[in-house]
Amino acid sequence: MKTLSRIYNTLIFAFLYAPIVVLVIFSFNDSKSRSIWNGFSLRWYEALFYDEEIREALGVTLQVAILSALFATVIGVLAAVGIHALNKKLRKVFLTVNNLPMVNPEIVTGISLMLLFVFIYQTTGLLRTGFLTLLIAHITFNIPYVILQVMPKLRQMNQHMYEAALDLGCHPTRAFFKVVMPEIMPGVTTGALMAFTMSLDDFVISYFTSGSTAQTLSVTIYNMTKRPITPVINALSTLMFGTILLLLLAVNIYQIRDDAKKKRTV
Amino acid sequence: MKRFLALLSALLMLLVFSSCAAPDDEPIDDEEEDVAWDYQAEFPKAAPTGVTINVYNWGEYIDDEILDVNAAFTYVTGIEVNYKTFENNESMYALISSGAADYDVIIPSDYMVGKMIDEGMLRKLNFDNIPNYQYIGENYRNLNYDPENAYSVPYTWGTVGIFYNTKYVDEADLALGWDLLWCDKYKDRILMFNNPRDAFGVALMKNGHSLNTTDPAHWNAAFDALVEQKQVLYKYVNDEIYDLMIGETCWIAPYYAGDGVLMIYEEGANEDIAFFIPESGTNFFVDAMCVRSTSKHPAEAEAYINFMCNPHVAAANAEYIGYSCPEPAAMELMDPEITENPYFYPPQSILDRTEIFLTLPKETNKLQADLWLKLKQITRK
Repeated sequence: MKTLSRIYNTLIFAFLYAPIVVLVIFSFNDSKSRSIWNGFSLRWYEALFYDEEIREALGVTLQVAILSALFATVIGVLAAVGIHALNKKLRKVFLTVNNLPMVNPEIVTGISLMLLFVFIYQTTGLLRTGFLTLLIAHITFNIPYVILQVMPKLRQMNQHMYEAALDLGCHPTRAFFKVVMPEIMPGVTTGALMAFTMSLDDFVISYFTSGSTAQTLSVTIYNMTKRPITPVINALSTLMFGTILLLLLAVNIYQIRDDAKKKRTV
Repeated sequence: MKRFLALLSALLMLLVFSSCAAPDDEPIDDEEEDVAWDYQAEFPKAAPTGVTINVYNWGEYIDDEILDVNAAFTYVTGIEVNYKTFENNESMYALISSGAADYDVIIPSDYMVGKMIDEGMLRKLNFDNIPNYQYIGENYRNLNYDPENAYSVPYTWGTVGIFYNTKYVDEADLALGWDLLWCDKYKDRILMFNNPRDAFGVALMKNGHSLNTTDPAHWNAAFDALVEQKQVLYKYVNDEIYDLMIGETCWIAPYYAGDGVLMIYEEGANEDIAFFIPESGTNFFVDAMCVRSTSKHPAEAEAYINFMCNPHVAAANAEYIGYSCPEPAAMELMDPEITENPYFYPPQSILDRTEIFLTLPKETNKLQADLWLKLKQITRK
């Protein structure tokens, strides 16, 4: 039974990671081929350095991802606190409304946002599609994820702690930052991280809302697929995968240390 | 909070890295010397005009290695270029016609140019701003998608033919022409276009019908042929064709001649692959530069088109892309191994038997789309 479960585990991990391993290996290949190994080389990393189009797209993607995660987190936390304070019935209504955009197919979100932006531009001359509309679109689809991550933390929190802070003469704003924020912080962090990755990942919505001045990485890569994709993309994906991996490791190590510290103080 | 800040600063550093790593705009000239054109010696650096034009081109369809074309244009004219790419004519059309994107210069293919002219989406060009139009060869002017050549300037052209692996495919079978793609002998070794216009185009040519026929009977006959072909087909492909052909999983595939560079000549390619254009004739296509009717900077857009027609630029682009160049003057600047290669520059006798795609009427387009969908749903016996 034990060997069986081990085989099963190995298979699952192989399926999950084989594509990434292949991608990483071929980013070091000394030829354009995607199937034949020609020797080790860093030339695709060098080419990536000089490729203006990809670099520009990466810049747009990262800016949008960071800014949209930031804005979505702030708005999402505020919304979550507000929803939490509602009565049961209203809370249910708002949570359902919050879930809708997540189950809504991306293509519908993308097209409807595009139509909205075009409509606003044509009637008022404002909000021409470009970086700003791209950012607004990303914030829009990121907010529900943050709310969904923060809500459970609010529910787990001891409601009386906040009231105690008020009783002891704390201003509500101060009480929020001193008592509530630390309690829900893990939810806020995961929410922000999720928003960041969702934004990084998005193709469909970006495709329709980016206009002519901003193109995200996913759209640029898609547009290269009529001809064979250069291994420059492999190199770029490897770097991104590595960065995310390091980030996750750092977060986890920090968390483990933090927990240990807490245990000691208790 | 601290954790979050640490995370954020890490991300910010990544961002700074990605935008600061940009080296100077100087072109890299460690590649072959033959086309590296020293534009800085020929033109003074222009003062910035403050104008930015939006250019929408196919992916991987401009030289940014030997001659960085957009950087050179900005140097010479002082006009900034915001350069973006699309994947195919239809997606480009969908995005532009929805009003979600405003481009100044676009580079669609022949039939799409015709469609956009009909719908008033293109602006009549002022050829006073495009003196380099004089370099465009006679054969590429006044083509029937733009009969008076008022709206478009050719960028590249090419033909469709059949790539085959000489190790496995009998030379004698080439006489079959388009029927080679239906040949039972090479069952499961044949690939086919994964887009309706090209796939139906091949089937129409096999049946000896026009590529632009509006007769439903012809389209149904092409459909039947494609259904029959499915029995010997390995797969419908887009860019997977390169790996499948180079790795010799498949031996026969129709594709655009210009992409043969990647399949046959470049490093990592397969020298056993060859190309031929069936005797009966084939599709001839042109990708042309146009200005959108909504453009706010038409003169600057025309300056861009003019720059692209400069023989040095045209030569650099053609060598990078691999598609054929419509300028005889540019061809003289190119590697003769390319310009003398009949795959990319076929003799007139073959070009005489080619046909260009025209915009199909609505009903025919609908029929094509319906039949394509039906074809994709049929499973092989």
